[in-house]
Amino acid sequence: MIAWKKPVAAALLLALAACAQPAPPVTQTVVDPYANAAGGALYQGQLAGGTLGAEATAEYFNNTIGNTVLFAANQTALTGDARAILARQAEWLNRHTNFTAVVQGHAEETGTREYNLALGARRASAVQEYLIAQGVASDRLRTLSFGKERPREVCSDEACYANNRRAVTVVSATGAGS
Amino acid sequence: MLRTLTLTLSMALAAASAALPALAQDGPLRIEITDGVTEPMAVAIPAFHGDAAVAQRIRDVVAADLTGTGLFREIPKDAQVARPGSFGEAIAYEDWRAVNAQALVSAEVKQSGEAISVKFRLYDVYAGQAQGDGMQFDARAGDWRRAAHKIADQIYARLTGEQPYFDSRVAFVQETGPKDARIKRIGVMDYDGQNILWMTDSSSLVLAPQFSRDGRRLVYTSFDSGFPQIRVMEVATVTSRALTQDANSMAFSPRFSPDGRWIAYSREQGGNTDIWLMDAASGAQRPLVQSPAIDTAPSFSPDGQRIVFESDRSGNPQLYVVGVGGGEPTRISFGDGRYGSPAWSPKGDLIAFTKQVGERFHIATMRVDGSGEKTLTESFLDESPTWAPNGRVVMFTRVTPGGNGQPRLHSVDITGRNMRPLSLDFAASDPSWGPLMP
Repeated sequence: MIAWKKPVAAALLLALAACAQPAPPVTQTVVDPYANAAGGALYQGQLAGGTLGAEATAEYFNNTIGNTVLFAANQTALTGDARAILARQAEWLNRHTNFTAVVQGHAEETGTREYNLALGARRASAVQEYLIAQGVASDRLRTLSFGKERPREVCSDEACYANNRRAVTVVSATGAGS
Repeated sequence: MLRTLTLTLSMALAAASAALPALAQDGPLRIEITDGVTEPMAVAIPAFHGDAAVAQRIRDVVAADLTGTGLFREIPKDAQVARPGSFGEAIAYEDWRAVNAQALVSAEVKQSGEAISVKFRLYDVYAGQAQGDGMQFDARAGDWRRAAHKIADQIYARLTGEQPYFDSRVAFVQETGPKDARIKRIGVMDYDGQNILWMTDSSSLVLAPQFSRDGRRLVYTSFDSGFPQIRVMEVATVTSRALTQDANSMAFSPRFSPDGRWIAYSREQGGNTDIWLMDAASGAQRPLVQSPAIDTAPSFSPDGQRIVFESDRSGNPQLYVVGVGGGEPTRISFGDGRYGSPAWSPKGDLIAFTKQVGERFHIATMRVDGSGEKTLTESFLDESPTWAPNGRVVMFTRVTPGGNGQPRLHSVDITGRNMRPLSLDFAASDPSWGPLMP
């Protein structure tokens, strides 16, 4: 917040100075109309054509909540980063109960087709279990594995593999609920 | 003596199954498939007799089958000084010895409307005598390639002492489109990449077809419901139906038992993958291997009594054998690296598998007790071996790296020699080699 001290009627104050106690300076505060006292700006206008309800969309879930968690090579344990994302996913799913989700597990291209299908299933299941533990009803969640059939990135280096070892939570509105 | 065989429309063969060399002789002309360095046997295959335009094409397929094994080389046409004047005429062995031919094929093709008839004889040039009986194949003109494969099979069997494999088909998955949105389609082709028949359209993701032992059915994994489930396809009618449709359980990597009555497959529940058996007729299912580990990729022994599969119960994927009655699986692989996608040889002596060591992949074999591990190939990514019906050649998928990487089918023999790509003008993966056709 910025306060400007303005020398209002400065000449008058100077003229009176000789014969009276000096008056306190007049202070005027200029307020940013878009700021609030809570310490952050909350944009209240249009966002991508939506309203406040815009967060009840798959796009919001995918882009703002984060629909993807990554795994280490040949691992199915959730990392700290993954848990943080899944906590947000669970919070969102618990607020928007008209959505269901399919958790898709994926693996990098190294490894056999069959093993990677099973590995992707484990990853999807790890995500499902975490979301259930965070209060999401189990009947709103399904799992599926694509194994190595649907990489997100196509190069044959660790940079791509790291992004392909993933579980993606795909939400869709059921039309029921709110 | 000339025996006649007929290729009918249904591809059932009358009188069938040709017991092989009928001629008793001391030490028939023979080339062995062994690990030692082998000089290919020199075979002369002069132009087939008869005016039928198809005669030349049949000859070329016979020659391609034989030389494609790496066991035979053809005497070049311009080196040949002799040509029998007519089929069945006495052979001038001296002329063939002069060009160092060890074996000689003489054949005659006759065409009458839509029917062709092919006669052939095989000669041992140095012994100066016929090797085995002459044979005649009758076929529809459209089946000329099969007639050629039948002749090559006879020659291969007589000269190697092994069962043949040329007149056989391979199921595969064609891959098109970008790597992150691959379109996959199941097809069936002759073993040499010809006569492709499409089994599925491109509307849903399909994986890993496996032939039944009689070649009439395929089992495969399909995502057509949105989730991986097993389907069975009748090849003759190109009709398929779902074998599993439990929405809470993925099913994949199916394979038939040798008698076609059972299907072993991977079933996932709650993230854990086990091996189950399904009665192919009734659909009744029961668990065979259950553990908290990943258990997948089952393959039956030729007697149908045992299954080899892949499990990471030891911490990384290794191969195990279990009886179809259940019980504790026996681990058979103990080397460095990750073992997967085992395939039990139809001959029963070997198991082929995929092995990952560091960042390299191999196709390798071992005896069924796990001994005698032998590496056949190495590349960025080799996987999914399948056996020729005679158990002497393995076909597999080789994938090239990078964003434009593509899978291609290759074959290699069990000595690790004669590695070659299949001649196909598209990318393909997941081969399953069907039976020798009757």
